[in-house]
Amino acid sequence: MVKKLPRPSTRRLIQLYSALLYNAHLKGFAEGEIYTGPLKSVCVPGLNCYSCPGAVGACPLGSLQNAVAASADRPAFYIVGVLLLFGLLLGRVICGFLCPFGLIQELLHKIPTRKVPKSPLTRRLSRVKYGVLLLFVIGIPAWFALRRLPLPGFCKFICPAGTLEGALLLMLHPANEALRAMTGGIFWWKFSLLVLILTSCVFVFRAFCRFLCPLGALYGLMARLALLGVKVDRSRCTDCGACLRVCPMDIRAVGDSECVHCGKCIDVCRFQAISFRAGKLVLRGRDPSTPPRCGSAQDDTGKGARQ
Amino acid sequence: MTRKRALWAALFALGLLLVVLGVLNGGARDVLAKAVKICSECIGLG
Repeated sequence: MVKKLPRPSTRRLIQLYSALLYNAHLKGFAEGEIYTGPLKSVCVPGLNCYSCPGAVGACPLGSLQNAVAASADRPAFYIVGVLLLFGLLLGRVICGFLCPFGLIQELLHKIPTRKVPKSPLTRRLSRVKYGVLLLFVIGIPAWFALRRLPLPGFCKFICPAGTLEGALLLMLHPANEALRAMTGGIFWWKFSLLVLILTSCVFVFRAFCRFLCPLGALYGLMARLALLGVKVDRSRCTDCGACLRVCPMDIRAVGDSECVHCGKCIDVCRFQAISFRAGKLVLRGRDPSTPPRCGSAQDDTGKGARQ
Repeated sequence: MTRKRALWAALFALGLLLVVLGVLNGGARDVLAKAVKICSECIGLG
């Protein structure tokens, strides 16, 4: 008997469609060349290397580093404004729905192995990405900007999306032998880091996202202000902690800077206190202004499923 | 309007202003100029 595959969730479909949309320049994959059209002045919200042959938009992190590196000549108004708008509108919904590298990490985590659960250690490790943001995305480019040398520190030394989507996809194309001939120490360092990160993701949910991604760190700073995302109705919440236990990220509270708004908590909340909202509009979960269903798991006495 | 909403609105307006100023001062052109060339740092060659 053939086992039917489960239907992908709405979130998974959005992740897939956005990854395809960010990399819609199919001709680039066929010819081993990157897209050079005007759309590349527009940043995509998630982590997607602009040297991927399919990329139709600019990487926000690469653009930020280059803007910082050039800040001695020109203030980085454009990219700072773009990131501010992304953060205020979407926050880390971008991580959970609109990041191709986040999708890759989640798919790797589906490989059946023993998994490393979250712990106080992983919560401490989740702060490392703020250091990566300060040092590699801002510090190194700013330091070299004083010497008029553009150096995107995160792109050059760490970014696994650049290695996977840019380096490998370009270099594996038969037409790019010249690029392959130029590989040296930095390439092999980044390649090793990529292998380590992808391997970690098999065992640790979204390892790169949680511990290293400076873009997630940046959006996380605006988590509390973001218009879209998972929100808690405090009047219905009983602090039972079911949401924290089911969450695969290192959150302290639903919707905080570590939350990627995957919505797993919505499914487990017996008191229907959690919903996915765009401002006041409820997109998933119970509208706080409507009464609970008759015979539902909870009633207005808050006794819940314990009845 | 709550303080949080007022802050959100102010930051959103600031974001829009920065984008407009950035387009006017050539920031968008810089993004395009970088993105249409193969980034040697990104692919491990620079």
